Amino acid sequence: MAIQISVFIENKEGRIKKAIDTLAKVGVNIRALSVGDSSKYGILRLIVSDNEKAITALEEDGFIVKKSEVIVIAVPDKPNGLNSTLAVLDDANINLEYIYAFVSSQPDEAIVAIKVEDTEKAVEVFEKSDVKILKNEELEKI
Amino acid sequence: MFWNEKAECMNKEEKEKLQLERLKKTVKLAYENVEFYKKRFDEIGLKPEDIKTLKDIEKIPFTTKSDLREAYPLGLLAVPREEIVEIHASSGTTGKPTVTGYTQNDLDVWGECIARGLKMAGAEKEYIIQNAYGYGLFTGGFGIHHGGNKMGAITIPISAGNTQRQLDTMVDFQSDILTCTPSYAMYLGESRQKAGIPLEDINLKSGIHGAEMWTDEMRKRIEESLGIITHNIYGLTEVMGPGVAQECDEQNGMHIQDDHFYPEIINSETGETLDYGENGELVLTSLTKTGMPILRFRTKDLTSLIADKCECGRTTVRMTRITGRSDDMLKIKGVMVFPSQIEKALLRIEGASPNYLIHVTRPDILDEVEVKVEASKELFSDEIKEMEKLEKQIQASIRSETGLRVDVTLCEPESLPRSEGKAVRVIDERNL
Repeated sequence: MAIQISVFIENKEGRIKKAIDTLAKVGVNIRALSVGDSSKYGILRLIVSDNEKAITALEEDGFIVKKSEVIVIAVPDKPNGLNSTLAVLDDANINLEYIYAFVSSQPDEAIVAIKVEDTEKAVEVFEKSDVKILKNEELEKI
Repeated sequence: MFWNEKAECMNKEEKEKLQLERLKKTVKLAYENVEFYKKRFDEIGLKPEDIKTLKDIEKIPFTTKSDLREAYPLGLLAVPREEIVEIHASSGTTGKPTVTGYTQNDLDVWGECIARGLKMAGAEKEYIIQNAYGYGLFTGGFGIHHGGNKMGAITIPISAGNTQRQLDTMVDFQSDILTCTPSYAMYLGESRQKAGIPLEDINLKSGIHGAEMWTDEMRKRIEESLGIITHNIYGLTEVMGPGVAQECDEQNGMHIQDDHFYPEIINSETGETLDYGENGELVLTSLTKTGMPILRFRTKDLTSLIADKCECGRTTVRMTRITGRSDDMLKIKGVMVFPSQIEKALLRIEGASPNYLIHVTRPDILDEVEVKVEASKELFSDEIKEMEKLEKQIQASIRSETGLRVDVTLCEPESLPRSEGKAVRVIDERNL
């Protein structure tokens, strides 16, 4: 499992940029990001090179930050690759909350972060089905 | 345990005699020296000599905030300028500021009232008072300061803001009493927890908080997060500033310093005087001020008076917690709503911040209400679903409190407007 940090973004001009600016200033690298949004605010979800540094900097700049766990998996980079991996969750009746992709330098693998209702169970079924699960340390290499 | 036992525990008969004597003097001073009062009296053929009993006060016309604004800046002084030693003014958030000039006598009265309140909050001469009310034109900072000086306690004029320094001061100086607005007290309490400073490392025993409305839920949070007993304080620039009334440890109504200020409760629509126990608008008359005596000032604050002797032994008349302001009251979709109700609804939600802004608009013919609430770490989730659930929860809580369906928007912490440490709670953009 990997740590994801989420940032509350008010629906106001330049707020996402401000959060990213904050991270750039302290030299934190963003590995993956996604924005979930409603009509009134957004949630910026990030996987970064240094969680503690990122959280401290963001909080100092007045952002609300939360740490949560997501599962980062490698899926074969070919048609039906993601589909067959997610089928594992479907079969186990595990509900997917959200999913987003990393930029990967590996030619044959796509890396995705997923959030499910029951993380433990999902890890279990992935392991059973030989799906490759990555930890924060391993993310450094992609 | 009393700062001035004679004044604070006086029997009714003696108190009324003193009040009448002082009232007559104040009326004479105002009539003879302030053009505004003379004109008001002459218009209805009233003479200072007509005030023969306390009940006769009802013959005197009310003074309103707009009267004070018209006299801006110093049109209501009853003494030559050389006798004025200090000036304060209201923040002017609802129009031109109202200004009060103080003579040395007035500052002494102010200090005396605050000293009584500090004593109610347990202060002793060797106590350190961390005064985190804003210093400036606002009456909060200097008011407490004058009282601290009067008592001979040690006042730290730290003023509002700079939270890290506030926490350091609490720890390093082992401050005994914290004085600031309730919203700032709550913020300091939360900041202490966030900074991981254990309660044992601070020495605060009590707090004196006012200048804005707060609820019992807020009181509980402040008391728990700072390990103190809190005392609600009341006052207004037009009349003097904080210290007109304050709670003792009983927390059962604020003791009005009624040898200096004469309280009445009126029906805010008819102007008719109401009895003890009845809820209405508080009207105050200064009894000892000389710089700017004020007769029957309509505070717009809704409260009721308690005449019975308090458990603490004081006999001064008490006023209950302000339930709203007659001009704070919003009529939305025909429903009466007080901002304090929204606050109450928010505090029922675990982790919710009581910092909110009620934004009322009328885009077409119907009123629309958006309640902006500052989000907090406790409330934040990485899932939109959870955030929406929270908004619905807040919405439901506000609905059960007010009967109104409102739109709830979460915004970033400390993004809502504040003025002089006083939170701005309502923006009404309807053209009514």
